[in-house]
Amino acid sequence: MRVLQELRAAGRGQDMQAVVEMIPYARFLGIQVDQKGNEITTIMPFKQALVGNVNLPALHGGVIGAFLEMTAVIQLLFDTSCERLPKTIDVSIDYLRSGRPQPTFGRAIVTRHGRRVANVRSEIWQEERSKPIGLSHGHFLLTPI
Amino acid sequence: METPADYLQQIPHAAAVGMTVVRHDEVTCIARVPYAEHLVGDPDTGVLHGGVLTALLDNTCGMAVRAPGHEPGSVAMATLDLRIDYMDSAEPYRDIYAEAVCYKRTRNIAFVRATAYQDTAEDPIATCVASFMMNTPNEPRK
Repeated sequence: MRVLQELRAAGRGQDMQAVVEMIPYARFLGIQVDQKGNEITTIMPFKQALVGNVNLPALHGGVIGAFLEMTAVIQLLFDTSCERLPKTIDVSIDYLRSGRPQPTFGRAIVTRHGRRVANVRSEIWQEERSKPIGLSHGHFLLTPI
Repeated sequence: METPADYLQQIPHAAAVGMTVVRHDEVTCIARVPYAEHLVGDPDTGVLHGGVLTALLDNTCGMAVRAPGHEPGSVAMATLDLRIDYMDSAEPYRDIYAEAVCYKRTRNIAFVRATAYQDTAEDPIATCVASFMMNTPNEPRK
């Protein structure tokens, strides 16, 4: 992605907030990045367009999946400072609790970083870190096909 | 009685993504997301973000579980697990479709598989399997 190369050239290869601002879909979901040293937390403030069940209300399952995937990719970009967006090969999502109309936070860990493929686990939560609402495990392709 | 199309309009996120129902019968549901700028995941290529596919697949699977004719409020359910394999990037500037088949319903759980495609289901951009917990609470929380 052009923005990744530009940021890297400007010595801001790890400015993940700048990256999400360049991705239209991340802007649509309202995703932000909180960066403290080498720790990355993604934040998704609540808005009505994220709701999947108006009775409860609860976040849409697709939003939860997208936020988990975005959290994984951001962590991967931060860890590798790579110049292209990793491509998702597969992702497996566990829905643990319904997402309430509140801000959601995410953390990811790159469990294995190979030459071609990286394995990443993500976790998202709301009020309590110890009560995640969703978990995911995904494989990402790092090299062009 | 509400039609499935009306039902999608009542889901704020489905409406925000532009999801519409193409076909819905006893076990199958086909839905569509039109290409839109705000759904792009890679600004260089214009390819839609994988999360759009996740939302489309999740919602289409959910609708396949709930056969047409059931009032949306009457069968509340929650996604338990969703696994997606991405076979190919979606081509930019083209709509994406998802076809989901609910192949088993039990009292507690329903099992669904789905395919996302642009031309035909035989040439998928993603496939998915999902399970749903049936009869979950559907009342406002205290």
